[in-house]
Amino acid sequence: MSAVPEAGLSRKVVERASSGQRTKDLMFRLALLFSVSVGFVVLAALVLDVMIDGASRVSLDFITSFPSRISPESTGVKSALIGTIYLMVLCAVFIVPVGVATAVYLEEYANRDSRLSRLIEVNIQNLAAVPSVVYGILGLAFIVRGPLGLGPVLLAGALTLGLLVLPVVIIVSREAIRAVPSSIREGSLALGATQWQTIWKQVLPGALPGIATGVILALSRAIGETAPLLVIGAATFARFNPEGITDRFTAMPLAIFEFISDADTEFRAAGAAAIIVLLALLVVMNAGAIFLRNRYERKW
Amino acid sequence: MTQEPDRQEREAQAATSAVPSASSDGQPAALQTEAHGQKLAAGTREAIYDLDDVGVTYGSVPAVREVTFPIYQHEITALIGPSGCGKSTLIRCLNRMNDLIPAASVTGKVSYHGQNLYDDEIDPVQVRKHIGMVFQKPNPFPKSIYDNIAFGPRVLGMDGNMDEIVESALRRGALWAEVKDRLKTNAFGMSGGQQQRLCIARALATSPDVILMDEPCSALDPISTGRIEDLMLELKENYSIVIVTHNMQQAARVSNMTAFFTVELDADEKQRTGRVVEYDETEKVFTNPSDERTEAYVTGKVG
Repeated sequence: MSAVPEAGLSRKVVERASSGQRTKDLMFRLALLFSVSVGFVVLAALVLDVMIDGASRVSLDFITSFPSRISPESTGVKSALIGTIYLMVLCAVFIVPVGVATAVYLEEYANRDSRLSRLIEVNIQNLAAVPSVVYGILGLAFIVRGPLGLGPVLLAGALTLGLLVLPVVIIVSREAIRAVPSSIREGSLALGATQWQTIWKQVLPGALPGIATGVILALSRAIGETAPLLVIGAATFARFNPEGITDRFTAMPLAIFEFISDADTEFRAAGAAAIIVLLALLVVMNAGAIFLRNRYERKW
Repeated sequence: MTQEPDRQEREAQAATSAVPSASSDGQPAALQTEAHGQKLAAGTREAIYDLDDVGVTYGSVPAVREVTFPIYQHEITALIGPSGCGKSTLIRCLNRMNDLIPAASVTGKVSYHGQNLYDDEIDPVQVRKHIGMVFQKPNPFPKSIYDNIAFGPRVLGMDGNMDEIVESALRRGALWAEVKDRLKTNAFGMSGGQQQRLCIARALATSPDVILMDEPCSALDPISTGRIEDLMLELKENYSIVIVTHNMQQAARVSNMTAFFTVELDADEKQRTGRVVEYDETEKVFTNPSDERTEAYVTGKVG
């Protein structure tokens, strides 16, 4: 029992890590860093490539001219840009009320343990994972032809894209509604407010930033969808703007599809330019979502 | 004040409806005559609630049962007892907040001014207009101080100048002096004690008859607790207060009547059910309890 260490032989209580351990630690860290960089580098390479091909073609003329089949110098994306903006607005008009109402019902009214609401829940999650081309076929059969018979018009495109992103809106809205603490609901009900007053004046305002963020992210998914619009028969080339919701239309991803299918490299450069325009639109929307989230998100 | 006629009207109603129930409320004679003899003689004591064999079960699990006692007007009634004895469950029957828990079912009669709150024709939303509630954790709405107070009057469609209603409620909540210059700022910026007084003022804004408080001070420091206790003593002039508390000194300091609950285990020791052991004048419960379990609890030997 030598409690007092001898001079010069003092033992360190905390030992140094062995060099093997430290190497492993470093390797692990590098592996993680590599994984992070894969996504980032690929995205950067893509953007860079598109920039090299198309940056010189992006101009005010490009977004204010109708496309041309003859002259790649004067071609533009006016009809596609207008079509996409209309499509997004119409789509939002459709998905916000339907998505939020569904979320309110599932969170505030439905008995969560009932078989029906569990069935609905599983279905919504599965619907979010259905390939978009399937929604295109659905839109073709039920909206363009079939019961609704709208034809390949703006409204049909917006409804098809709306169906496609509706599950996302519902899921995000439910999360936002669930994040409003039950003490807020209790406080409101205890004052004699009805359930509807409580939802309308307390729960929804509290959930609004989350819902808005979710809607924007859903729309930024819809904005790039090509397959469903192709399937429902939207135009890929249009020298006119849609004037109303029952007009034929084209959209940015379809214009890109048309440009890059061309054999002429000059048209393909226009395709790259159209991609840049679409990416810029996406960045603006996502920045809006991030701004909303940071500015209005509540810490309860 | 705009609420005054309302208040008087309600008290008048209360007085008339309490007359038949006072003669037939079936309370043990001893409880009424011995303990309350002094006040009964003065003729001022009226029951606002008459609990008759009230029980609550969650699913098949009984949380509290066989609760029978009156709650008197313009007094503070404290519900005390160990955790899990059903105090909070019981207080949530008094304004039908238990309706929010789908599995909860209430048996027995909860008479409020002679009307059973659990009758089929009673709308819980209407019940809560008369009976305010303050919760364990301050729960201000994420709005301005002004809008927090104005929310209740607005949803109830109360007439009158909203600025006056808000000022009056904040004054009654002993908060006016502190917040009058920042009514438009968010209530989340207030201290915990201020938030809880805001919640009390918010409940007062709709001119309720009763205020239920479910451990209102459990999240607060002693100074804030003291202010809320002072406030409760002021408020009982005009309101009836029921408070659930874990703090026995608090019950002793503020309440007129105290109900002591305990937890009973069933034969196979699986189910825990709350029951009332003793209900009496607070002074008697704390100084000369008639049940030894009460004595053990209030003197700190158990619990």
